Amino acid sequence: MRDAATAGPGIRPTPPIRPEYELMPEPIAGSSIERRVSLSRRLWQQAWLRKALILILLATLWEIVARIQGNDLLLPSFTETLQAFFEDIANGVLPGRAGNSIDVLLKGYVAGVVLAFVLTSLAVSSQLGRDFLSTLTSMLNPLPPIALLPLGLLWFGLGQGSLIFVLIHSVLWPLALNMYTGFTSVPETLRMTGRNYGLRGLRYVFLILVPAALPSIIAGLKIGWAFAWRTLIAAELVFGASSGRGGLGWYIFQNRNELYTDRVFAGLMTVILLGLLIENVLFRQLERHTILKWGMTR
Amino acid sequence: MDGTSTKPFSRAAGSTQAPLLSVKGVTLEYAAPGRIVRATQNVCFDVWEADRFILLGASGCGKSTLLKAVGGFLAPAEGQILLDGRPVTGPGPDRVVVFQEFDQLPPWKTIRENVAFPVRVSGRLGRKEALERADYYLEKVGLSRFAGAYPNALSGGMKQRVAIARALAMEPRVLLMDEPFAALDALTRRKMQEELLALWEEVRFTLLFVTHSIEEALVVGNRIALLSPHPGRMRAEINSHEWDLQSGGSPEFQSAATRIHRLLFDEAPIATEIDHA
Repeated sequence: MRDAATAGPGIRPTPPIRPEYELMPEPIAGSSIERRVSLSRRLWQQAWLRKALILILLATLWEIVARIQGNDLLLPSFTETLQAFFEDIANGVLPGRAGNSIDVLLKGYVAGVVLAFVLTSLAVSSQLGRDFLSTLTSMLNPLPPIALLPLGLLWFGLGQGSLIFVLIHSVLWPLALNMYTGFTSVPETLRMTGRNYGLRGLRYVFLILVPAALPSIIAGLKIGWAFAWRTLIAAELVFGASSGRGGLGWYIFQNRNELYTDRVFAGLMTVILLGLLIENVLFRQLERHTILKWGMTR
Repeated sequence: MDGTSTKPFSRAAGSTQAPLLSVKGVTLEYAAPGRIVRATQNVCFDVWEADRFILLGASGCGKSTLLKAVGGFLAPAEGQILLDGRPVTGPGPDRVVVFQEFDQLPPWKTIRENVAFPVRVSGRLGRKEALERADYYLEKVGLSRFAGAYPNALSGGMKQRVAIARALAMEPRVLLMDEPFAALDALTRRKMQEELLALWEEVRFTLLFVTHSIEEALVVGNRIALLSPHPGRMRAEINSHEWDLQSGGSPEFQSAATRIHRLLFDEAPIATEIDHA
């Protein structure tokens, strides 16, 4: 063998020519080529279970810290908070307050979403619209909604109007920014396909651009939703109840004044629970029936 | 299959007297940052009814740009493009494009809806008839089984089949294909060429097909326009109706391929010849 390799320059080793052969494929081993994954593995694949575990862990941590600290006024324990939470749910205070908040929130959110749609549709259809949107967004997006609250109070009075005004402001810009980014990142081939179908104007936007940009739009809707919550609670803390219909922020503020710290925490917990519910039920379902099913996200 | 939805491409009587598509002295330009680049210069060719007309050239010869111009996505800087004697002014459902990219199918529609959607939105048929026609053409490309699936569940070759079915379902005057098989593996590509030819045998659509593969051009086309690059200019028009997928190894086929190769790559003397023409 060594001879072949060292036989000298000019002679390169050549592999031997081997006979050909043909085989029938051997029979498949076992009864099936598939195998089930184990139960623990399947449970671990359930997102809700993993998330529930995280929540239980956090609650336990809270309970331990509260017990060590031992001062109800500063940090009530998880069980005390839970007790206050259920008491106020039973006597109807919390559901009422939460209902008031959600009522205002939905009005402001929907108005913000509609406006964002109008602005971005303008922006994708004309150069001037694009400049208009980018200028407004860079001007107004950094402005905290709370800073606009005094103005809102001046213009719309101590009612829902001023709250809706700041809510629109907090939803509109981040959503418009996300939506516009989504529209601009629609693949060129897909755009040409849509135009090839003979679509133009609003039909083009709604039948091609919106579904194609849905991952960004949903992200924007989520961000807008969170911003709206923050703004609403903060606004209610600043100027309290409007015409006797206080929301969750007012509930938290009132109980802090009366040093019912467990109720303050119960109020915060309600905000958190509502957030979890909306995120994991509403938005999750929306994603599952659209972008997940279409394979646009994982 | 019911008669209304299965009718193959209807043709106007007497349309064989004149070319279906005329590209006359078309110069195309596109804007690059800070300058305007000429992609093609004074390109002329005629496509007749039921032609399988190939645009062949090395990269940079503007063949895809030319196809986009025929599709109406790009207006010529000079010259004009006539379809049935009327100038092309914008994109429209009478010239459907099959692109190279797999992302040409909207991912939010099932395969069946993907094929039926353009038929419906272009106002040709109602919802029910459009779906029936979609089923008919999906069966033609052998994808009936996947009608309810979403595009992300399909392989590249299957997506291109859907795009072809979608284009056929529109029953356009000209079917435009921009290197539709270039992103496929060699085995799938050959299969797709075979299927395209079988479909043509059956439906007799008019095809304008862009490729950079000499072999694909000879096999798929009945007439080949050769373009020289930078900018794209007419180099030759060649007949290739006698070749099919079986003629691959024959000496005549080889010599035809060699001739095209020579025309495409021995440039120097030709550039001047064209200028004087």
